[in-house]
Amino acid sequence: MTKHEITLKVNGKLHELKVEPNELLLNVLREKLCLTGSKYGCGIAECGACTILVGGKSYMSCLVPAISADGWDITTVEGLADGDKLNPVQQAFVDNSAIQCGFCVPGMVVTSTALLLDNPAPDEEYIKDYLRGNYCRCTGYVAMVKSVMDAAAKMKCDQ
Amino acid sequence: MVLQENLNFRMVGTRVPRHDAAAKAKGEQMYSDDRDMPGMLYGKVLRSAYPAAILKGVDTSKAKALPGVHAVLTAKDVPVNQDISKFGQMRDVGGGFEGLYKVLADGKIRAKSEAIALVAAETEEIAEEACRLIEVDYDVQPGVFDPRIAILGTKGMPDNGYGWSAVDCINKPESKDVYLVSSEDDSNVIMRTKVENGDLEAAWKQCDVIVENDYYTSPHDHAYLETEGGIGWMDDDGVITLRVGTQVLEHYRTIAKVLGLPHTKVRNIGVLVGGGFGGKEDITVETYIALLVQATRRPVKMVWSREESLECHSKRHPEYLHYKTGATKDGKIIAQDVSIVMDGGCYTYCTPWVQMYSTINGPGCYAIPNVRCQSISTFTNNTFSSANRGFGVPQTNFCYERQMDELAAKLGMSPYEIRKKNVMKNGDPQHTGFVTQGHVALDELVDTVWQKLNATPKPEYLPDGRKVGRGIACGMMSYGRLCFLHDSSRVALRIELDGSITLRAGVPDIGGGQGSVLAQICAEEFGLPISDVHPFVMDTHLTPLCGTTTATRQLYMSGNACLEAVKPLKAALARKAAEIIKAEYWPPRSEPGYEWEPDVENILGQLEFHDRKIYYAPDPQKAVDFKTVVAHVSNEQGELFNEGQFNAPAIEVPDLSNIKGQILPDMTYTAHGVEVAVDEETGEYEVLRVIAAIDCGKAINRNSCEGQVEGGAIYNLGWLREDLCWRDGVTKANKFSTYLIPTSADVPDVETVLIESRGGVGPYGAKGVGEPADNSITPATVNAINDAIGVSFHTTTIRPEDILFALKKK
Repeated sequence: MTKHEITLKVNGKLHELKVEPNELLLNVLREKLCLTGSKYGCGIAECGACTILVGGKSYMSCLVPAISADGWDITTVEGLADGDKLNPVQQAFVDNSAIQCGFCVPGMVVTSTALLLDNPAPDEEYIKDYLRGNYCRCTGYVAMVKSVMDAAAKMKCDQ
Repeated sequence: MVLQENLNFRMVGTRVPRHDAAAKAKGEQMYSDDRDMPGMLYGKVLRSAYPAAILKGVDTSKAKALPGVHAVLTAKDVPVNQDISKFGQMRDVGGGFEGLYKVLADGKIRAKSEAIALVAAETEEIAEEACRLIEVDYDVQPGVFDPRIAILGTKGMPDNGYGWSAVDCINKPESKDVYLVSSEDDSNVIMRTKVENGDLEAAWKQCDVIVENDYYTSPHDHAYLETEGGIGWMDDDGVITLRVGTQVLEHYRTIAKVLGLPHTKVRNIGVLVGGGFGGKEDITVETYIALLVQATRRPVKMVWSREESLECHSKRHPEYLHYKTGATKDGKIIAQDVSIVMDGGCYTYCTPWVQMYSTINGPGCYAIPNVRCQSISTFTNNTFSSANRGFGVPQTNFCYERQMDELAAKLGMSPYEIRKKNVMKNGDPQHTGFVTQGHVALDELVDTVWQKLNATPKPEYLPDGRKVGRGIACGMMSYGRLCFLHDSSRVALRIELDGSITLRAGVPDIGGGQGSVLAQICAEEFGLPISDVHPFVMDTHLTPLCGTTTATRQLYMSGNACLEAVKPLKAALARKAAEIIKAEYWPPRSEPGYEWEPDVENILGQLEFHDRKIYYAPDPQKAVDFKTVVAHVSNEQGELFNEGQFNAPAIEVPDLSNIKGQILPDMTYTAHGVEVAVDEETGEYEVLRVIAAIDCGKAINRNSCEGQVEGGAIYNLGWLREDLCWRDGVTKANKFSTYLIPTSADVPDVETVLIESRGGVGPYGAKGVGEPADNSITPATVNAINDAIGVSFHTTTIRPEDILFALKKK
């Protein structure tokens, strides 16, 4: 198969890559860029474990052909924290123990970060509705919803 | 009931974040699919196209000829293809408890999920192509998919829309005219067992009301977000090394046996598991990877797709049950007769053990003088059944808690009243006659949940016209393994010269914080922040074996082992600290200021470990740094290292014809209250509110404990709506778009109530919570639906259409 050259900006870094037409963005991130935080959970955009940010909006990277992501400015879960300083959503997830097995957490904190960009003052119903594309089997979502509420409050205070 | 002395906890009972939480939040935590190796091949499994067939031949020549293919293996290539399945126990328990297990299909194919061949190739695509090129010659067979038909056949089956009752399956002779699932046995039956007490026949005559029902509980998938996967390689010393997500590190022994190797030549390095719930208790990818590594001598990775995961790994046992319950008019239950038929699926796996749980828990968490619970399990051509959070307990809990509500209705009592009259209390024996040492909190739990559920009067309708219902249920479920397995666990500690501690434990962490909680216990005992304790977990060559992360046993077993490991180290440090404190703060007699001089023993009894110091409690000014004491002891006495072991109570394998005595170490009790709204026009129902209450004995990590209780409630709330759509051995719902687990939008408000009786047999009086947490929520919800619309369901799958049909029939 012909390889295509694409450029991706991921977590602020530019990458020039050669990809095959059937390569998926999730696999490129995981295998070529060693960013294994984004997970395979279903492969068909049903569980949200592969969620990334593109221009502040959440995308499920498992269904995106890498060639169609040419020129995208992507933030993965690895790009959310500033060194050891977690972003407010990540910190709230840690503080509330919204993390059990943690496999869904990368996708969950990315979507929650997008949520707070969309709506800095969400109520519980808004959060539950926004996160419904991200599955979690361990927590029952209770601590996760609380974490997003806490992060929103914290960000409001910090402003 | 044992209440331990009230300690002044500094670390235990707090909400301290787990040691690995930040790494998980940052996406740095490595799971089974996150490591690659140079020269790595991709492994794939070819699975049967039919649920029942005779395997006449497999032609792998075309697949082997495909460029990029390095190995194609079938049953004849597996050194030991037939073995008995084990689950980490060191003891041979024999009998029906260790069933036949085949690595690759040979003879009769027993399920559509059964593996026929393994492929290793340079890319995933080539491996998939090679699977397509394998030619399998099937002689397709009719198969059997209903466990009752697997026992009794179809001749004479009642034409009532339900089929054979569980009572028929227990009492009628097995039919010879049934399809046999296996090529090795002359019967589909796996095991029969029974618990019996009192005189049922006499008791029925004294009953004023009797409630009798047939039930069905559906298969349930674990649906963890991480599918089964891992990587393996051969080290330069010839050791086949695996990094696989598993609940049972000890499977390395079975893998070695399959490969024809000594145990020393297989090393299992676990990875943090992306969800287990029992689904990673049986071997998943590890034997396949090891065989492919052995054949190719190259690293091999295998990760199952979501479809493969949903179709091929174990399920919660579907059960057909019959309950007959009788009470006197004052609401005292005096007789209960239970019959259970369990669908074991294609292989034995954990079925006999799950059956023990179902059977001894069958009569429920009530003190009933006359009970009988009989059970039978069989093979079918369905995907195999094995462990799933609750291990046979949620099935019976669903039924006996539905019986209670029907009985209450017949007696004109409230669901609360009938439970209060009958729940087990301290001193009441289990149905096997054993009186548990741990506290029985059912009475308090039922009180708490009922009061909270009815704190406000129930409206009949919501403003949007939906009917409101409230329901309650309680339950009991053990923590710790079956006592005849002679369970044990070990934890090793080494105190480093800077006062930090390495904790070594072969404890698979499946998301419950099984590793972190040990660090927390260790930190509590030595008075350190949790960050000073580094848990090094999961490596069969390097960590002491902790046993399986199953049966809600890790906190109980390994927590106690951790305390054992602490004891001698703490004693040595305390003695040295006492000597140092005495020398430093009580000047010798000759010096001015001398008042009195305690001896070392006197100081030793009054020391406290906290804030990285060891204090003389009566005068906290007199203290010495923890690491100073560590340095002294290390210099003078040698390395501060100790491995502690904890052994659970042990019995011999009980007589299965009437199980008696202590079968499990202790029980954890729960109660759930649920409020639902039902739309009578569409049949749609919504759970509005859940009150989840548990006696956890002592919450070691409060957040982790609450997280289990919340997650457990939602897990089995999902059981009502999740439907694998099994049709003649085919799993139709093999994607998340068809197998619908709860999303955030489905989740009600959950109020979590932790009762801390300190009456458990775990560390500090803790009880296990992981599995008990999902007990009693399902019947509470169905009881609430019944309360709303007056329809009493006897199955665990309740879809809107079921409600509509039921309302029409009413």
